[in-house]
Amino acid sequence: MTTNALSLPAALRPRQVLSWFGVVPFFLFALLFLILPTLDIVLGAVQDTEGRATLENLGKLFSPSIRSAFWISIELSLLTAVLGCVFGFFIAAAVTLGGLPRFLRAALLTFSGVASNFAGVPLAFAFIATLGRLGLVTMLLRNWFDINLYGAGFNIVSFLGLALTYLYFQIPLMVLIITPALEGLRREWREAAESLGASGFQYWRLVALPVLWPSLLGTLALLFANAFGAVATAIALTGSSLSIAPIVLFAQIRGDVLNDPHLGYAIAFAMILLTAVANGIYILLRMRAERWVK
Amino acid sequence: MTGKNFWSWLAVTLGALYFLLPLIGMFEFSLRMQRDGYSFEAYRVVLADPQFQQTFGYSVVLALLTIVLGILLVVPAAYFVRLRFPGLRPIVEFITLLPLVIPPIVIVFGYIRIYNTSSILPLTGSWWGTNILLLFGYATLSLPYMYRSVDTGLRSIDIASLTEAAQSLGAGGARILGTVILPNVFASVLSGAFLTFAIVIGEYVFAALLNVNSFGPYMVWMGGNRAYEPSALAVVAFAITWACMGLMQLFTRFSKFSTARR
Repeated sequence: MTTNALSLPAALRPRQVLSWFGVVPFFLFALLFLILPTLDIVLGAVQDTEGRATLENLGKLFSPSIRSAFWISIELSLLTAVLGCVFGFFIAAAVTLGGLPRFLRAALLTFSGVASNFAGVPLAFAFIATLGRLGLVTMLLRNWFDINLYGAGFNIVSFLGLALTYLYFQIPLMVLIITPALEGLRREWREAAESLGASGFQYWRLVALPVLWPSLLGTLALLFANAFGAVATAIALTGSSLSIAPIVLFAQIRGDVLNDPHLGYAIAFAMILLTAVANGIYILLRMRAERWVK
Repeated sequence: MTGKNFWSWLAVTLGALYFLLPLIGMFEFSLRMQRDGYSFEAYRVVLADPQFQQTFGYSVVLALLTIVLGILLVVPAAYFVRLRFPGLRPIVEFITLLPLVIPPIVIVFGYIRIYNTSSILPLTGSWWGTNILLLFGYATLSLPYMYRSVDTGLRSIDIASLTEAAQSLGAGGARILGTVILPNVFASVLSGAFLTFAIVIGEYVFAALLNVNSFGPYMVWMGGNRAYEPSALAVVAFAITWACMGLMQLFTRFSKFSTARR
């Protein structure tokens, strides 16, 4: 009986076996430093200290302080996602469809690439230097227009201040994602609509928005997840004084000798759940959107 | 000027105002250290600070190592998946998307739980272990960007023919990867590398929770203790981000150019 290489199952032929050496390190790495750590959190959230299954940890999420932290986080993420989508859409629409010079479009996309990666600690410093007590805009408003921002109750270390700061990376992300979708709107669709007597408003309501809505809603979900996971900006800005979910988790991890580690598991689990759902919505809607943008 | 044009200009102008003011504010503030007018005093103080040099140097080395590790992990995997295991592609794509889905703070929390001093692999117990854990953590964070750019690069070349040609000349797997595939996708690898560099340089959460004194925690510490230096640091960080993105675009364009010429 001859067992030449071709009669073996495909995955066991010598050449294929050799190929596994290229792929295995990647999977091993992903298992050790991505999947197992995440799995440990998920399992830890539904186990007690002895490893028995329990829902007690997740129940702790509904204590008033944790619940309010999550609620503020959700509000912050939702608000900045919605505003980011709206402003990002208008800016992207202005440079793609608004008849502006072409160089503006290239400049805007380049800047959006930079700004969406400028999140984190430096961004917080930039906003403190601008809207802090001695910031540029605060001083200009006071000296030129006699408007006292801080006297009027504004504070950069607040929900509103954090929201203003988050928009700095939310809007560019929206611009980056929605510009290709807006460019996918074909000129013929508009011409067809107009030749049938549609007004600009009717074109948007009946043609453009139905094509765009999966992209719009998907990006909204993505921006939500993006804001929800942001920690460094919030810590650098507020010094962990504002109680949002990631900051509570941060404090929990830092002080886990004193605190209950299983509460940390539960908070982390809830965060994964929220961002996973938001990202899942994004991926699903994105697949729908790609039917049109070809 | 038409009505449509007016609204477009308005949107862009308001956007520009919102995006430029913090940059101007940050730069202006960084110049105000000396009371009698603008100066670069804050930059001088920061750049001369031994702690800045130490933490920044550390972060640069870590970023470069992350890029090397990322290339070693992603290039062979993406290559073999494309060439021999197309069925694995959805799985690999799903895995490389995960770091964007799971918040980084959750990933590092998992590390602290799995690799703490009382675990089988007590990485957090030693200086070397912690650094390796941080390096692997950053490689995880950079997976989505690395994989996507390498995969795009591989798509633009005919890897099957290249591999067969190399094999018929007697090259082995490692040699094909190192001397045939990698040079061909180098421009796209670099674009992923610059993004990784920008991300690692300013990263805060991983470093802070693993108690490593890198550039991110140093910036936060400065923010809590000084007035003008943080703005100078933010300007430096922004310049680095800007440079990385600029180089990235340059190499993306270069790789498009080289494939167009083929």
